[in-house]
Formats: sequence, structure tokens, C-alpha cells
Amino acid sequence: MSENPVFRVTTKILFAPIIVYGLYVQFHGDFGPGGGFQAGVIIAAAFILYGLVFGMAALRRLAPPKIVAVFMAIGVLLYSGVGVANLLLGGNFLDYNTIDHHDPAHGQHIGILLVEAGVGITVTSVMMVLFFAFASYGDPKADEERP
Amino acid sequence: MSIVMINIFLVTMMVVIAVMVLRTRRLFAAIVMTGAYSLISAAMFVNLDAVDVAFTEAAVGAGISTVLLLAAMARLPAEEKPVKRNQIGPMIIVAIVGILLVTAVVALPPFGAPDSPVHTHVGPRYIAESYSKLHIPNAVTTVLASYRGFDTLGETIVIFAAGLGVVLLLAGHTKTAPAPHQPAVKTVKAKTKTAPKSQKASKKKAGAKKTGKRGAKKGGAS
Repeated sequence: MSENPVFRVTTKILFAPIIVYGLYVQFHGDFGPGGGFQAGVIIAAAFILYGLVFGMAALRRLAPPKIVAVFMAIGVLLYSGVGVANLLLGGNFLDYNTIDHHDPAHGQHIGILLVEAGVGITVTSVMMVLFFAFASYGDPKADEERP
Repeated sequence: MSIVMINIFLVTMMVVIAVMVLRTRRLFAAIVMTGAYSLISAAMFVNLDAVDVAFTEAAVGAGISTVLLLAAMARLPAEEKPVKRNQIGPMIIVAIVGILLVTAVVALPPFGAPDSPVHTHVGPRYIAESYSKLHIPNAVTTVLASYRGFDTLGETIVIFAAGLGVVLLLAGHTKTAPAPHQPAVKTVKAKTKTAPKSQKASKKKAGAKKTGKRGAKKGGAS
């Protein structure tokens, strides 16, 4: 935790743009470099910066570790859920063509979007959980909030 | 020509930083230099036209892992213990592995060779179909999420498992602090400043809540 006003003001200014940039990387992955992994790390970096500057207690209020830990599983479930949905729609596992039978390319777009979202959710929450675990290791105050 | 010069510069920097990381005994310096190493490898990947990989390397290698290592370092003594053991055995192993790697590199097809297996197997089909069939200009994304979707699912599960493993290993460390483990902690030495205090504090708490709550939490997490 830093009392330095430069860090605090800079973090407050940068926090939202970093997340917006992460979302840009997430959803622009079809056209430029990027995708779920990179976006997840960038979004997690915004939260980690917040935690470094304002302290772990503030970060725990902003993003409760228990909820973040649940999102680890939600990402994987979203990814594999798309695969199961493809099975139910009559195709192979992760065969996105089945999402839109009239226009397979459109189905691929939706499938890739959902799958990348799943990757992004999992990577973001895992990175944050790792930071929580390492940064508050041995801190008895953090026990109540552990995932 | 200029690209070759840049490559030589980057590789030299990487070697210099690697040697410096090995030489230094201060963990803080070693961690920061590891971050710099990652950033230089990211520049290297940009030079190789692997922008997606460079992006990941810069974000994960130089950003997150540096922060995680620093957070872990806060629980450790600031300096590495000097190694006294005989190091001939490890040296021989490193030399053998190094020789094997160099021979493997010599046997690889030349960089960018059009007739190498990478460029003659399924690669051309992916590159050709990515835009004409799927209407997605970035072939990396189509390969990652669609053609090789199953692999990426596996990767995501690996990341999930890593997160879960860290949660199960590190979370609740202060809570349980069972008696048999205490001597082990003490031999590591009280250099870890927070350990003794937190253990005392957690013991008070742990007594009442340990069994019921821990059990319930573990069930919830897994």
C-alpha cells in the first residue's frame, strides 16, 4: 500500500483504461493480435495494480476472492459448455458450424467469441487468485476472505 | 541486415541478463532482471513476426510473474544462501543437455524454410481457409480457438487446475498450522518475519473454527 499521491492518482486514472484495453484485446482478437489469454492477463493486471497501490484490503473489497475463485470455474464451464451445446445441436464437440446451420462462418464467429470469453474469464480470475494467494500468504486478516 | 543486427543485440542482452541473474545473490535484483529478460524475449518475438506470442510474453512474463515473484519474495530472506556443495554432477548434466540441444538445433530445417514440415502439413490449409471460409483475418485466432479448439480447452483447464492447486495449497495455511509442522517452520528460521506472529494469531482462531469451516470450504472449492 502506497501513500504516495502520484501512485494513487495514476492508478485511479489508469484503472478503467487498462480494463477497456483488455476488453479491446479480448474482442478484437479476430482481427489483430490478442485473444482470451492476453486480455485476461491485462484485465488481471489492472486489479493487481489496484491491489499494489491501495492495499490488499481494498482489493478484497473491490473483488472478493470467493467470487473471483468461482469465476475460474465459470470460464472453463463456458468453454466446455459451448462444446456440449455443439454436441446437442448435432455436431462434434467444439464444432461451431452447428451454432448457425445456414451460415457456418457466422456460427464459427459466435463459437470463437464465446470460447475466447471463457478463456479470458478463467485467465483473469486465476491470475487474480494467484495474486491473492501469494500477496496475502501468512496474513491472518485475509483468512476470512480466502477463496 | 538491420534485423540481423537487432537480433544479435537482443540475444547478447538475453545472455548478459541470464548470466547476471545467475551471478547475483540478491533475490530482488534477480526477479527484476528476469522481468527484463522476458521483455527482451518479447521484442525478439516481435522480430520473428510472432506478435501474439510477444504480447503474451510481455504481459505474463514481464508483468504478472514479476509481481507474483516479488509477492512471494516478501516472505523470504532477501539474499540467496551461498551454495557450498560440489557442483560437478550438475555441471555434467547441464553440459550433456546443452550439447544435445545444440545438435538438435543443427538438425532443424533452416529458419523460415518453405519445405519444412510446419509449412507443408495442415498449416497452408488453415492459412488459406481462415479468411475465405471463416472470414476471420487473424489466422492465429482461428487456429487457436477453432481448428485447435480442443487443445485450447486443455490449456484453459491446465490454468484452472493451476489456480485451484495454489488455492488449495496456500489458502488456509495460517488457519490450520498443525502442531507437527511447527518444528519444520522453525528450522527454516524466523527469517520469515510474519510467520511466527501469524501462526500464533491463527492458532487462536483455528482452534474453534478449524474442523468445520475448513472442511466446508474445501468441499466448496473443489
